[in-house]
Amino acid sequence: MTKSVDPLGGASSIPALLRRNAKLYAGKPAYREKEFGIWQSWTWADAEREIEGLALGLLDMGINEGDHVAVIGRNRPALYWAMVSVQMAGGVPVPLYQDAVAEEMTYVLEHCGARFVIAGDQEQVDKVLEVQDRVGGIEQTLYLDPRGMRKYGSEGLTSLADVRAKGAAAGVETRAELARREGGLDYNSTCVMLYTSGTTGKPKGVVLSNRNIIETSKNSAEFDHLRAGDEVLAYLPMAWVGDFIFSIGQAFWTGFCVNCPESAETMMTDLREIGPTYYFAPPRVFETQLTHVMIRMEDAGRFKKWMFHKCMALAKRVGPDILDGRPVGALDRLKYRLGEVLIYGPLKNTLGFSRVRVGYTAGEAIGPEIFDFYRSLGINLKQLYGQTEASVFITQQKDNEVRPDTVGTPTPGVELKIAENGEVFYRSPGVFERYYKNDESTADTKDAEGWVATGDAGFIEEGSGHLRIIDRAKDVGKMADGRLFAPKYVENKLKFFPNILEAVVFGADRDRCVAFINIDLTAVGNWAERNNIAYASYQELAGHPQVLETIQSHVEEVNASVAQDEMLSGCQVHRFLVLHKELDADDGELTRTRKVRRRLVEEKYADLVTGLYDGSDTVSTETEVTYEDGRKGSIKARLEMRDAAVVSDQRMAAE
Amino acid sequence: MSAQPESYVTPDGRTIGGVMMEMKNITLRFGGVVAIKDISFDIREGEIRAIIGPNGAGKSSMLNIISGFYVPQEGEVWFNGARRAPLRPYEVAGQGIARTFQNIALFEGMSVLDNIMTGRLTHMKSGLFSQALWYGKAAREEHENREVVEKIIDFLEIQNIRKTPVGRLPYGLKKRVELGRALAAEPKLLLLDEPMAGMNVEEKEDMSRFILDVNDEYGTTIALIEHDMGVVMDLSDRVVVMDYGKKIGDGPPEEVRTSQAVIDAYLGVSHD
Repeated sequence: MTKSVDPLGGASSIPALLRRNAKLYAGKPAYREKEFGIWQSWTWADAEREIEGLALGLLDMGINEGDHVAVIGRNRPALYWAMVSVQMAGGVPVPLYQDAVAEEMTYVLEHCGARFVIAGDQEQVDKVLEVQDRVGGIEQTLYLDPRGMRKYGSEGLTSLADVRAKGAAAGVETRAELARREGGLDYNSTCVMLYTSGTTGKPKGVVLSNRNIIETSKNSAEFDHLRAGDEVLAYLPMAWVGDFIFSIGQAFWTGFCVNCPESAETMMTDLREIGPTYYFAPPRVFETQLTHVMIRMEDAGRFKKWMFHKCMALAKRVGPDILDGRPVGALDRLKYRLGEVLIYGPLKNTLGFSRVRVGYTAGEAIGPEIFDFYRSLGINLKQLYGQTEASVFITQQKDNEVRPDTVGTPTPGVELKIAENGEVFYRSPGVFERYYKNDESTADTKDAEGWVATGDAGFIEEGSGHLRIIDRAKDVGKMADGRLFAPKYVENKLKFFPNILEAVVFGADRDRCVAFINIDLTAVGNWAERNNIAYASYQELAGHPQVLETIQSHVEEVNASVAQDEMLSGCQVHRFLVLHKELDADDGELTRTRKVRRRLVEEKYADLVTGLYDGSDTVSTETEVTYEDGRKGSIKARLEMRDAAVVSDQRMAAE
Repeated sequence: MSAQPESYVTPDGRTIGGVMMEMKNITLRFGGVVAIKDISFDIREGEIRAIIGPNGAGKSSMLNIISGFYVPQEGEVWFNGARRAPLRPYEVAGQGIARTFQNIALFEGMSVLDNIMTGRLTHMKSGLFSQALWYGKAAREEHENREVVEKIIDFLEIQNIRKTPVGRLPYGLKKRVELGRALAAEPKLLLLDEPMAGMNVEEKEDMSRFILDVNDEYGTTIALIEHDMGVVMDLSDRVVVMDYGKKIGDGPPEEVRTSQAVIDAYLGVSHD
């Protein structure tokens, strides 16, 4: 790694790929955004002009080489351009989660020492202004949408439009300086710094080089035959590594078009209008969509309902085989084609999946029923396994080798090995450079030979070579009597029920397992409506005896299924409660990528855990909650603890 | 007449201009009932003017006089420096005044977009023939008007319900759509009849934000009736207080709040 390798004929940085695309695909759309009800589009030539203009403007404002520039806001073309322009001007873009409260931003802004912050709108500017005194160092906040900021003082605030205008008017010297800085970028220069959400401890700044991003984008794009004509919808947080790879890495490598929704609320409509060919969503999005379809089918007429269920039964039987090109009888093929006209086609259209050629889900386990539902419709949904530290891709499923229980085979260029304790290690061109200002963690995670610990326990399946992930390595533990405790395994089974949004299972070093359950307000609320059950709040619905009854039957079903697995039969849930509030990232109970912070939840609700173990019937509790704007309040509740039947255990817990 | 200067700048940086509308000694009767008795006040350009008072004080009647819907038996209405003659209904919208209603008056079966488009009616000049055939001027006008409407939709952050029939919307959103329709007329003076009635705290906060933004970004003069005193005190530059058809107070919120007559009217003192 002493000398910069350059296999791409000069395109060894993101700005270099931009220049290439502006020549190669000059008139082809690079970005679209729906605004004022119309899809506005920018070609690669436009994008080059905008990005260069911003970069010149940033130089004019005095950006130094190596400066970190924070970027906060929802997915908008101008913010993607801003990120690339920062790199062009020699800086390092640091995208932040836009829904982070001011307090969370403080740490990251302080840690990266940003002088410039680029904010999407007033909401983000307000947060920056709020933390500015504490953080120091922040000199200028650049904003995109001026709405509501007319009365803000001009000191330290500049609109991106002004920066762009200054860039357009830049003199020869500034242009020469930009050319010098841009020319100095190579495979080893830092492309982006992304903060990991971290289920434990403070976020860490993952430094990714151009090599990491471009090599990974190239390998994964070739794996799935992505091409310039593809369309993606950019709606996942810009601070998440996946969005950076999809909307910048792969987009710049292949030259496909990135579409930004009008607002978070219109995402579903925009998805349908764009009809992406390449689509990524976490399991939760697929779950929600399926729940919506099912709820709406409940309200449909009898004939439509009958047709839907008839067609879906056929799809379930033969759909995945047809998708994977396995032999299927001629009659079934004919029936499936009829179903495509009557049900599958219109349904895919409604969901916005008509054109999806490659679809991915990752981040959490997806329920097999949910996964099969989409595949049976003929949507090529696959799973991948990745991390920020790997520039996303570690393993991916090949077309025709898709299964719900594995995460696929290594992405081209990735090597895998399993340590003795079961932890998965990988090595690839995408492996991050280092954690920013944290050599200790870097050394802990990445060894001298470049192997990185994933923190996940798993194994490589004999024969197929597919990787299977069991649980977070540190979460897998032992129960008091030495039996294996894998909470995620049970939680995932619970979460596969549409009524259950989230579950947290406890049981490490205990004699039996207990669980917290969050109900899914959409599914349970709809059920309540259809059964004339009135409720005023989430809390009231969560405590309704009939809801508890239903959840109990789900828990018992899961117990029966867990009992099948000899190794994990100890993980059956003996007692459970339905929480009075949804676990929330604003309260720190979930990460911003919506993963449960297990330890924190256990500490915060210690009284409830105790209640589940000491056999009390009800426990009164008071919980502090944080609202979206950062204000705090508290809610009181009296929670009912329920016993659930377990299979072939020493004692039957029910009654 | 008015003790205040021709124009001045508020502490939050808005410019309040000269008198836009002046009510001189207005009296309104319905048969033998005197709804409004000898009231005078003015509305200045760029300000947010509140009219408050207990139930039955005559606030809505006053708003109807401002809009030109009611014609008072006595007194004069001066608008843009000229005395206003009684108006026919279609002339009301043409003079640059738009309003929202206490009880929402939207077309329930039409989409949000179409409802707001109806607010552009006064700006459509093409003839029946051209509109029916979607020919020439009509198509061009529709595009221009749609652009204005889309800006309003963006401004009110209702993009996600653009195509939703109004009948399916919750109350708070209907109120917002109604505000959108009023804005679509690009009024100089916007009348809001209890914009916060029946709303929860969060909806009220949103609506207050929008009212301030309308005033700030579009420079629209606003006259509003409201019951929620907190809202009135926070939003308005000047307040007229009415009770039993009479004006019992007029001035900046902090002045009105401490006025004995106002306190009596609200806390209830026997009327002789």
